[in-house]
Amino acid sequence: MSTHHHHDHHHDHGHDHQHGHDHDHDNRYSDMQARVKALETVLTEKGLIDPKAIDAIVDTYETKIGPRNGARVVAKAWSDPDFSEWLRTDATAAIASLGFTGRQGEHMRAVFNTPDTHNLVVCTLCSCYPWAVLGLPPVWYKAPAYRSRAVIDPRGVLAEFGLVLPETKKIRVWDSTAELRYLVIPERPEGTEGLGEEALADLVSRDAMIGTAIAGPRP
Amino acid sequence: MNGPHDLGGQMGFGPVAPEKDEPYFHAEWEKRALGLTLSGGALGGWTIDESRHARENIPPAAYLGASYYEIWIRALEVLLERHGFAARAEIDAGRKQMEPATPKRILKAEMVAGALAKGGPCDRPVETEPQFQPGDRVRTRNFNPETHTRLPRYARAKTGVVEAVQGSFVFPDDNAHGKGESPQWVYTVVFDGPEIWGEGADPTLTVSIDAWESYLERM
Repeated sequence: MSTHHHHDHHHDHGHDHQHGHDHDHDNRYSDMQARVKALETVLTEKGLIDPKAIDAIVDTYETKIGPRNGARVVAKAWSDPDFSEWLRTDATAAIASLGFTGRQGEHMRAVFNTPDTHNLVVCTLCSCYPWAVLGLPPVWYKAPAYRSRAVIDPRGVLAEFGLVLPETKKIRVWDSTAELRYLVIPERPEGTEGLGEEALADLVSRDAMIGTAIAGPRP
Repeated sequence: MNGPHDLGGQMGFGPVAPEKDEPYFHAEWEKRALGLTLSGGALGGWTIDESRHARENIPPAAYLGASYYEIWIRALEVLLERHGFAARAEIDAGRKQMEPATPKRILKAEMVAGALAKGGPCDRPVETEPQFQPGDRVRTRNFNPETHTRLPRYARAKTGVVEAVQGSFVFPDDNAHGKGESPQWVYTVVFDGPEIWGEGADPTLTVSIDAWESYLERM
């Protein structure tokens, strides 16, 4: 616990620094630490929660469920035409066949990038995200800048990720307004014909499966 | 409701700020906030739709200034009080002062893996046939309910094309308010960029939403 505390302190400092030592911000985060602690204490006293369940949830999303799941789906789609077809017709079942199921992945859809069209996923209304294949969403995905602009200025947003698409390429934005959760299947990079699925999965970043990047070696 | 959450097309939030090698959590309290939110939901007092509506009801200035985990915690406190699990005064004091309502279940550590793997599917059978088919031109309704809806403002009173019939699902506009699940067919509806954004819109852009049947009128 003490090592965690040290880490948090260090990180919080960096976070505050980034925002120019904003005192309001500083207070907000120490307030949240106290507020959440009080809430957990009360609910534990009342027997409504099990703090060890919280530990287990955190451990699950820190160590078991993350973007590697989705990368394996993509690598298999690139390698196995039958699986790719299954993804198109019943993504939930195809993804479940690899063992990825459950919370925020109950109703999956796979959308395939093509030479003509680039897909981009957003949730303008909240933070809907395919947890079962990508894990927890990054902060930017849940923040107003991305949620507001992805639907009106996707090229501007993509440029902020360093992705500039040809002007003629169509962009399709999927706003996750219902309970369907979208996984972008990026185009397979050229020159990867000999690679096995594990090596292919290494080329698939989280952002490539949201649509804010394309597949390829890590820059 | 036309709340602060309905961000599609709003401006002024600045560039998206992706963080390189972003950690899953930026502070210890965020981990607890995730676990508390999931453990709170497991009590069975409210639906995911009610929880989304509680987040939407956070006053706009607070909502837009909060991180997403803070939004979750603010809404969780409201839900716990509304459903008799914890009073405001108890949360402020950080200790138990009254017996809570009886929960449907308490999420114990040993239940976490199973609960996350199962998730909460919200597809439901309906008796009717879908009114729309792929290729149908439809117009989204023009309404401004003060209650929960998943039809974003930017996509109201717009003409689009049904791309897919996605199945039948719990209707959040009713379910968020305890009016039952009222399942309906859900469709992916695609709009051309210029239909939504008008003059100056990116001609290569299309945007889709997932729309419940009652959001749509035949053209």
